[in-house]
Amino acid sequence: MARRAAEVALAPFAEVGALARMLSEAVFWGARPRYRGRVIVESMEFVGVGSIFIITVTGLFVGAVLGLQLADGFREFGAENQTGAVVGLALAREIGPVFAALMVSSRAGSAITTELGSMRVTSQIDALVTMAVNPVQYLVVPRLIAGVVMVPVLTMLFNLVGMFGAWFVCVKLLAIDSGIFLERMRWLVDWADVRQGLIKAAVFGLAVCLIACRQGFFAGGGAAGVGRATNRSVVHSAIAILMLDYLITGLVLGQGLF
Amino acid sequence: MGWFRTVRDSRAGAEAAASARSRDPIHIRVRDLHKRYGPHHVLKGVSFDVHRGKTNLVIGPSGSGKTVLMRQLVRLERPDEGEVRVDGVDFAKLRGLELDEARRTFGMVFQMSALFDSMSVYDNVAFPLRERLGLPPKEVRERVMARLESLGIADAAGKLPSALSGGMQKRVAVARALVLESPVLVYDEPTTGLDPITTRTVDDLIVEMQERFGLTSIVISHDMASVFRIADYITFLYYGEVHASGTPRELLESLDAPTMEFVEASGVSAEILDARRYSRTSAQSAT
Repeated sequence: MARRAAEVALAPFAEVGALARMLSEAVFWGARPRYRGRVIVESMEFVGVGSIFIITVTGLFVGAVLGLQLADGFREFGAENQTGAVVGLALAREIGPVFAALMVSSRAGSAITTELGSMRVTSQIDALVTMAVNPVQYLVVPRLIAGVVMVPVLTMLFNLVGMFGAWFVCVKLLAIDSGIFLERMRWLVDWADVRQGLIKAAVFGLAVCLIACRQGFFAGGGAAGVGRATNRSVVHSAIAILMLDYLITGLVLGQGLF
Repeated sequence: MGWFRTVRDSRAGAEAAASARSRDPIHIRVRDLHKRYGPHHVLKGVSFDVHRGKTNLVIGPSGSGKTVLMRQLVRLERPDEGEVRVDGVDFAKLRGLELDEARRTFGMVFQMSALFDSMSVYDNVAFPLRERLGLPPKEVRERVMARLESLGIADAAGKLPSALSGGMQKRVAVARALVLESPVLVYDEPTTGLDPITTRTVDDLIVEMQERFGLTSIVISHDMASVFRIADYITFLYYGEVHASGTPRELLESLDAPTMEFVEASGVSAEILDARRYSRTSAQSAT
């Protein structure tokens, strides 16, 4: 009983250790030839291009809801002209990277886990080893690169579409002046805010793809085991994104951590 | 001149050693192999020989450690103790690039074929040539098509593995394992889950590969119907220990209790064995 309790309590640390080990292996094998440009581009296409639709749709509605709620709240004290500024700041710093990463986790991360998990349980990963092809180099490294590169790009797309959604609701439906909306946004949001969001997005992209690869790579127990691994992948990714978001924000702002 | 003579002599020496090795009828010597998973001692000092250019079967009941043994042989896992000497080189001790290079010794055909399901048959067979040898596309094409034609599956080159029957998938897996011209081909439970006709087709394929290409075949199996038909040598593994090893007839005549029980349960007798060997020889002569 006590042993079981200790195992449960230590499980998160064991998981972080396993992720760190896989990341170090990926760095080691990523630096060594062969460099598989075609496989990396295919992974970037899957993670990035394949997520454009979901990012566009969610970005549009998140921006629209944000505009609606903020305009309604600010109107209480006659400050609805500030809506554009706050929407821009919230999207650039927090909502853009967090939502983009969550969407990539639910679409691409789960698919990566399922694919690698299926490869594991059908011995395809063992087949790679017997052909002297390192599976971390062939399967994990391209997906990590895709996550680090494409999630920031998707975050930019999310921000743009989200701002358009907020602008449409505020200007076309709530009759806030378009010039003021855009001017306040330009006034408050600067490059440092966008940069903060992009750094977060790159870290989230790495975390999402690392968790997805780790869960798939070590999946076991047949089809049911792959299903459980996919479930864990999405849950762990969501938790990691929100924890890392707080950690990075605390580091950037220099407060709130200790 | 002296330097050239030294190089020439050392090359001649290496060739002579390789030639001597290739004359050695024992291709692989497994000695005192142990593997544990936590408290479970799965392989308990396994020792046996794999004969060069022959079909060597490892049989035993479910859970006897056959697949674990296979994983140690091809170094998917590292044994805890013991030796796997392939032409004198201990695979169990190899690491890093040496191990990667040595992996070419073994071609592997997995239980469920383990074909890459997102790739066509052609790309599956081409994969080791591109990834391992980095050959130019023209040479890859020539080698792949030659191998597919030799196995009678050239028509399926553009198809995905999911569009093929179990027997065809096995052929593709064999083509992929053969394309690097490995001298040893390992089959893990090749007939599991196949119908009797496809099972016989796969059995014939194993024998055909061994005879056409002079390969050393290692087959992990518990399908007794085919074991006595294709085996030149059999090793009987019983809960992590080798209980009998030798020709099929020697196994039939074994006085070891678990071996006798296993053979009796399979329903194979000396008469049936003779008939099966005869039918195999006749079929080969007809071919």
